[in-house]
Amino acid sequence: MDVQLTVEEETMTAFLSGEIDHHGAGEIRRKIDEMAQRVRPQKMILDFGGVTFMDSSGIGLVMGRYRLLQSFGGALCLRHVSSPLKKVMRLAGLDRIAQIEDTRPGEKQEGKRS
Amino acid sequence: MKAINEMKLTVPSRSANEGFARAAVAAFIAPLDPTIGELADIKTAVSEAVTNCIVHAYRDGIGVIYIQAKILEQGRVVIRVRDTGCGIEDVKKAMEPLFTTCENGERAGLGFAVMESFMDKLRVSSRPGRGTTVTMEKTILSKGA
Repeated sequence: MDVQLTVEEETMTAFLSGEIDHHGAGEIRRKIDEMAQRVRPQKMILDFGGVTFMDSSGIGLVMGRYRLLQSFGGALCLRHVSSPLKKVMRLAGLDRIAQIEDTRPGEKQEGKRS
Repeated sequence: MKAINEMKLTVPSRSANEGFARAAVAAFIAPLDPTIGELADIKTAVSEAVTNCIVHAYRDGIGVIYIQAKILEQGRVVIRVRDTGCGIEDVKKAMEPLFTTCENGERAGLGFAVMESFMDKLRVSSRPGRGTTVTMEKTILSKGA
């Protein structure tokens, strides 16, 4: 699993790819938090377009970033969430703490950014 | 019920084996031609069970994780994940959603909740100091049916 980070004005986007599990979540968390603490974005987008698998470690990843964003008043948005991932997220009620943007029908899912 | 096929896998409780274990089980059940959703459910449940062994059962070191999968008649899949780690004092409490003993690792406390909701059946037996066995069952519905 991997993460590519971009910052545009007040918005920070994390393009996640590969499989999100306990093994890889720590490294992803460290990379995201390092930049988030530096730029303190008003909005953070977690883009799951390139994610092929996620277990409840992904829930911890989202909830932890939500708490971090809240600590400086930012909002969290989840993008390009496939239906198996959505099933895991709904179980944890993540749709209540973060906006889940649905991929529009016909829209191409954004994959891994090179 | 007689098993049509079965497999056993033994791995040390290193986190790199989380991905290997769920991929191995997924490959084993592939002949049943599961849907993408069914496959994701099983991979996620296996991942949770194996992660529990690593994060909880063998929290102070490396132990052995025993994974067994069986394909029974009519698409029934039985998966057992066993450890000989620290065991669970109160299984009922451990299975409550959001309950976690992990204070620093950003664990959501949803492992058993995921297994329970993604599989048809879940049974957890544990003895403190002896280890834990998680047995899960799911029927793969034939795509043609």
